[in-house]
Amino acid sequence: MTRATAPTSPVSGCLDAPVLRERGQHEVFCGLTGIIWLHRKMPDAFFLVVGSRTCAHLLQSAAGVMIFAEPRFGTAILEETDLAGLADAQEELEREVARLVARRPDIRRLFLVGSCPSEVIKLDLARAAERLSARHGPSVRVLSYSGSGIETTFTEGEDACLAAMVPELPETQEAEFVMVGALPDVVEDQALALLDAMGVGPVRVLPARRADDALAIGPNTRFALTQPFLGATHGALTRRGARHIAAPFPFGEAGTTAWLQAIADEFGVPQERFDAVTAAPRARARQAIARAGAPLDGRSVFFFPDSQLEIPLARFLTRECGMTAVEVGAPYIHKALVGPDLAHLDAGPTIAEGQDVEKQLDRCHAARPDLTVCGLGLANPLEAEGLTTKWAIELVFTPVHFYEQAGDLAALFARPLNRRAALNREAAE
Amino acid sequence: MKLTLWTYEGPPHVGAMRVATAMKGLHYVLHAPQGDTYADLLFTMIERRDHRPPVTYTTFQARDLGSDTANLFKTACEAAYDRFKPEAMIVGASCTAELIQDDPGGMAEQMGLPCPVIALELPSYQRKENFGADETFYRIARALAKPVEKTARVSANLIGPTALGFRHRDDITEVTRLLDDMGIAVNVCAPYGATPADIARLGAAHFNVLMYPETGESACRWMARDLGIPHTRTIPIGAQATRDFVAEVADLAGVAPYLDESRLRQPWYAASVDSTYLTGKRVFLFGDGTHVAAAARIARDEIGFEVAGLGCYNREMARPIRALAREFGVEALITDDYLEVEAAIESLAPEMILGTQMERMIGKRLGIPCAVISAPVHVQDFPARYSPQMGLEGANVIFDTWVHPLVMGLEEHLLHMFREDPEFHDAAGASHHGGAHVANDAGEPPRRDAPDQEKQQGAVIWLSDAERELKKIPFFVRGKAKRNTETFAAERGVTQIDIDTLYEAKAHYAR
Repeated sequence: MTRATAPTSPVSGCLDAPVLRERGQHEVFCGLTGIIWLHRKMPDAFFLVVGSRTCAHLLQSAAGVMIFAEPRFGTAILEETDLAGLADAQEELEREVARLVARRPDIRRLFLVGSCPSEVIKLDLARAAERLSARHGPSVRVLSYSGSGIETTFTEGEDACLAAMVPELPETQEAEFVMVGALPDVVEDQALALLDAMGVGPVRVLPARRADDALAIGPNTRFALTQPFLGATHGALTRRGARHIAAPFPFGEAGTTAWLQAIADEFGVPQERFDAVTAAPRARARQAIARAGAPLDGRSVFFFPDSQLEIPLARFLTRECGMTAVEVGAPYIHKALVGPDLAHLDAGPTIAEGQDVEKQLDRCHAARPDLTVCGLGLANPLEAEGLTTKWAIELVFTPVHFYEQAGDLAALFARPLNRRAALNREAAE
Repeated sequence: MKLTLWTYEGPPHVGAMRVATAMKGLHYVLHAPQGDTYADLLFTMIERRDHRPPVTYTTFQARDLGSDTANLFKTACEAAYDRFKPEAMIVGASCTAELIQDDPGGMAEQMGLPCPVIALELPSYQRKENFGADETFYRIARALAKPVEKTARVSANLIGPTALGFRHRDDITEVTRLLDDMGIAVNVCAPYGATPADIARLGAAHFNVLMYPETGESACRWMARDLGIPHTRTIPIGAQATRDFVAEVADLAGVAPYLDESRLRQPWYAASVDSTYLTGKRVFLFGDGTHVAAAARIARDEIGFEVAGLGCYNREMARPIRALAREFGVEALITDDYLEVEAAIESLAPEMILGTQMERMIGKRLGIPCAVISAPVHVQDFPARYSPQMGLEGANVIFDTWVHPLVMGLEEHLLHMFREDPEFHDAAGASHHGGAHVANDAGEPPRRDAPDQEKQQGAVIWLSDAERELKKIPFFVRGKAKRNTETFAAERGVTQIDIDTLYEAKAHYAR
């Protein structure tokens, strides 16, 4: 199964396909959800949501399993008295932060995270962050961003968080490469090893694991994104003079190769060296995909919008695993970022942006895809109707980027199909 | 503003969702931003429901604010009616929509939808999930229930069970059986499984069984006042409470009390000599008021535990729980602050916790066994098997559930006798748990309270031989022994604890 042609040939694929734009009920998380993985990625950071009981309940429920330790996130719950007078809310926030900082001396970075209620009452968290930075700095740096549902969808919370960090970063004239996006440590280390072997460097990572990790931005900075949802971060870096290296996202063997190739070209890595570094992991990835992805060959897939990973993943599933895409829905489509992936997505599927969940369910029922990628709220009801589903959230919580995870990524999609076969339900249908 | 790490209850609109999702033929239009749809997964994942909750979210965004959020609401209402054709609708706002003051109730009323529309006012910044469920069901009953002729046969409504309730599914079966054994039919069970048409004939029942005051009390009080339907006060959780419940029902229904105790095993299991080791075990109880009150009586009167402390997270139940605590001679802890509960447990050092999933976390961290008696629910609280809390089978289930986390009688003695056995050691925990219990989690963050405590107790020092001796005491009583010894030393102005101090304290506190 060597469908994995390196996506370098000039094709337009779905790049110019019409986009079905929908406005209705969105069955997606808000940006606060990103805190669940961001607080793990940055062990010296605390995320303080300024919001309502709903926000606290969402974080607790989205975490799915409760974490058996005091988490490095919490919610300052607005109460009736805070809504009455805004001056109070600022003071109350300062009091709660002082208490938190006293109790958790290990915190070096504190993010004040805006929510729907704090946005609606126009609580100025940027100003609060400034005041708190002055009070608790330099040992604790306080930043703010919005993870509210009226402004951000799911993974856009990470985007807003990273974008908020960019203006604070020191200036540099060095010609450094910055890899942008919160990846599991093991995956990040693999990527850094590949870049190092190609002689690309020095390489920095945003977000840095620790507050004092060296990371600076300047006009000679070049950066690549590892996640397709980082539009605002892309904008913030560009405004600081850094240059974006556009590429398909590093999913699967072909995606990873194209992503690395774009960087290698930018940094003048000789082709022989590139090939020498990538040959073995490419072969491993291809084999792993062929093995794990076999059940996907010839099957159809339908994506409900969730994390903005949909377009790159559809490229992976159609190009590298032999699937056919029926519909690829994404909450937002940043063509500047996912353009290269769209170009390598064969024409045919409906490309949808936004959501009207009822209408989309109608289309899904009509299409009866072999595999439906959707959120947790929809998965069991669709399974009960006989459809096979993949929880989209697992794609964000699991190491899936780069060569060594390419097989795991295919396996994530294959597992629901294998499971249905194992439970012998297909025979009954 | 209050910092919260974990919460016992969701916002009130989640309570409304628990009512809507439990019912059939009812649709809820919720004015809310997109993220609020997370609540769907509570039902589809935690409770494993095979249908989406009957909820339409208007999904407004920042750019809609100040322009057409009201229109968005109207469009969503119309679309929801056209698609789902519900018998009745409830409409309301989530916390954010409450701030933009679009008045969903007023708007829906003016739209002239061809079904009853019930407006909900749920103050998100004051109240919580249980209030939301109770208020929603009360509003639905008030809007739809009319005086109707009583059923010919004596019948009762079961009031209070909702979606995402702690064992509500199985409690309904058990209570239905208790009533059936007395020749009493169930007229309507609501909200769980009821349609708006069923709500309309609530008045046909001769009395109401108020199963869960948290979610059904307002509706029962209204029905008592306006429809003249009396309701039960006894919650049939525990063997004795079930007997009391049967007596109360017989009285309300004017029938002879009857209870077939042949399937009740709990009293004999508790009396059996192998249960001797349960005697006087100090337990701490925490959860919703109803379950804590029932569990406290079971703990003391039916299992033989000593209640070391109790409390509830729902302030609505503060009064009865305070009264109960006085009866038990302990202080009631009324709080929804998880850290306060943790501190209380740490200072009381009970041998067992009867709590919620939150206390299970606390217990895991402190190395104290915990059995779950109350919501908030976790996927584990929806077992595939029949597993009620109420009635006779409920009493059996509770006995098994509570005993399971403990180290059993003879094993406890063996731990006392051979403390350094490589397999039978403290950290291994109860042998029937497959080694999953370890007193302290690896990778735990630095204890935030530790410096304060050490400062307070700074005067008392453990000498190394006493400390070694302390380690020989099994983990499930070690906390208590340590605390007692320190108190004993402090009271006598002893600043250094040696082995003698340890054993003098043991003799002093011996029961």
